[in-house]
Amino acid sequence: MTRFLAGRLLNYIVLLAVASFLTFSLASRQFEPLDSLLQRNPRPPQAVIEAKAAELGLDKPIPVRYGHWVAGVVHGDFGKTIGGQPVSDELWRRIGVSLRLLIIGSVVGTVIGVVVGAWGAIRQYHLSDRVITVLSLLVISTPVFVIANLLILAALRVNSVLGVQLFEYTGETSPDAIGGAWNQFVDRVQHLVLPTFTLALGAIAGYSRYQRNAMLDVLGQDFIRTARAKGLTRRRALFKHGLRTALIPMATLFAYSVAGLFTGAVFTEKIFGWHGVGEWFIQGVATQDTNIVTAITLFSGVTILLAGLLSDVIYAALDPRVRVR
Amino acid sequence: MSEPVTTDTATTAKSGVDVARFASRSALVRRRFLRNKPAVISLLLLVVLFIACYALPPVLPYSYTDLDFYALQQPPNADHWFGTNALGQDLLAQTLRGMQKSMLIGVCVAFISTIIAATVGTIAGYFGGWRDRTLMWIVDLMLVVPSFLLITIVVQRTKGDIIWLIVLLAAFSWMISSRIVRGMTMSLREREFVAAARYMGVSNWRVIVRHIVPNVASIIIIDTALNVGLAILAETGLSFLGFGIQPPDVSLGTLIADGTKSVTTFPWVFLFPASILVLIILCANLVGDGLRDALDPGARPLRRRRK
Repeated sequence: MTRFLAGRLLNYIVLLAVASFLTFSLASRQFEPLDSLLQRNPRPPQAVIEAKAAELGLDKPIPVRYGHWVAGVVHGDFGKTIGGQPVSDELWRRIGVSLRLLIIGSVVGTVIGVVVGAWGAIRQYHLSDRVITVLSLLVISTPVFVIANLLILAALRVNSVLGVQLFEYTGETSPDAIGGAWNQFVDRVQHLVLPTFTLALGAIAGYSRYQRNAMLDVLGQDFIRTARAKGLTRRRALFKHGLRTALIPMATLFAYSVAGLFTGAVFTEKIFGWHGVGEWFIQGVATQDTNIVTAITLFSGVTILLAGLLSDVIYAALDPRVRVR
Repeated sequence: MSEPVTTDTATTAKSGVDVARFASRSALVRRRFLRNKPAVISLLLLVVLFIACYALPPVLPYSYTDLDFYALQQPPNADHWFGTNALGQDLLAQTLRGMQKSMLIGVCVAFISTIIAATVGTIAGYFGGWRDRTLMWIVDLMLVVPSFLLITIVVQRTKGDIIWLIVLLAAFSWMISSRIVRGMTMSLREREFVAAARYMGVSNWRVIVRHIVPNVASIIIIDTALNVGLAILAETGLSFLGFGIQPPDVSLGTLIADGTKSVTTFPWVFLFPASILVLIILCANLVGDGLRDALDPGARPLRRRRK
């Protein structure tokens, strides 16, 4: 088991290293960081532009630039932005913001999705199952940026009906949040609800569809009937024997879904005005900043890697056959 | 898993059964698909939408670039059925223009990416060995970072050129499908009819084209239909962020981005393009599900048993 995981980890690290090199080269080739200077009116003197080019290392070939970047990253230094600010400080602050969204969103999405899917399978062809199936298909067909806006519209309606600002939809906190720690906390939760729900909704819909199918496959199998014949109650047979088996394919889905969640976070952060890594990535592309873009791609890779490892662990915990190898 | 279709197994029947009345596989598939009402309606709706977005604009009084200065930010009315935006552009004309782009890109990307997936998957699964290891390593590599981010980096330079957009979206969306095709090919490789063909000296490429591809065709067709929805999602997502279709041209993504800015005050600017987009993707998904049920009945439990 440990050897299996260690092998996977090593494989992931090699993949990540290659991916970071490719992203760095791609960004360096595609981006024209001097454009913002060149297009300024009046145009800055040539000496200024050349100084900037030298500062960004544009005179060196890309592999050398990448080597320089790696040497910094090993020491926790992700280089500087075009503006000259260190990337690392901003990156860590923004990772904190994004992780709050990603972790809560994925946990809420996974748990509710699995429960809803399993419930739908148990109640196959009842009204509740049909409603869940239709709703989840509808949510899957709706892009994140549409869900976010619809939620904002709904929250606006709720706020005006209740007469209080129950849901907030801009930023992470209100600048005028006053009072003690409790008030601050409530304020943050008010801001957190809508973006988290935006992210979680897609995950809930996706998981519930797969979980329903997986559960239906399992429910038809002999070992469930055996468990019932042995004298287990229906509930116990379904949960202990059915759900556990039906959860195994979800472990693989979890690894894939994190990439989608990350993409969803880009939109969510932009619409709700959260200053997380997704929003920064878009800014990085707009300002043609290789260092910002590569750092965030690396972070997303690490997140997906960790989700992959976690799904391997969950897989092994659920399926004893993996552990024997 | 679908039944293998070799040259004449589909019509092989026990003696005494009228072979002519024995339903062929394609007839069975067609019948199963037509029985699925939501899928049939969705397919019709998609066709109607596709024709409408190309046929309607010449008939309409306003083109998507026209500015009506007497109707700024107007809610839907008799003159402008979908209302107008802040510049006085007719939203119906704009939405139709956006549909043209989004649907065209969605269909093209789905086809190209499925062709890549089928090629990579069958080669990796059939030959195994170093080809398999190399191709699957590339798949792993492309899955390790969200492809959306990579597309965003590259697409900047292409200035909203629709061909480039299609190529890029297709190049980054074949990976998971290719893994599924590979898995199916690996199990087909061990089957008797493939072994028989090989022992008869049929070349590898011919075996792939004649025996493997027809048997993974069902998964390929299903995948193409489901990829249409995903491709439209990706394209509108890029355009929403300002990296896809560039103004003055419009896509459903750029229209929704426009609407987002004023969603709380002028919701129709957002609601019309958004609901059209959701409708298109929903229909594509329903058609994909219908094809899955028709081509691959084992993939989803069809038990009608009530407890």
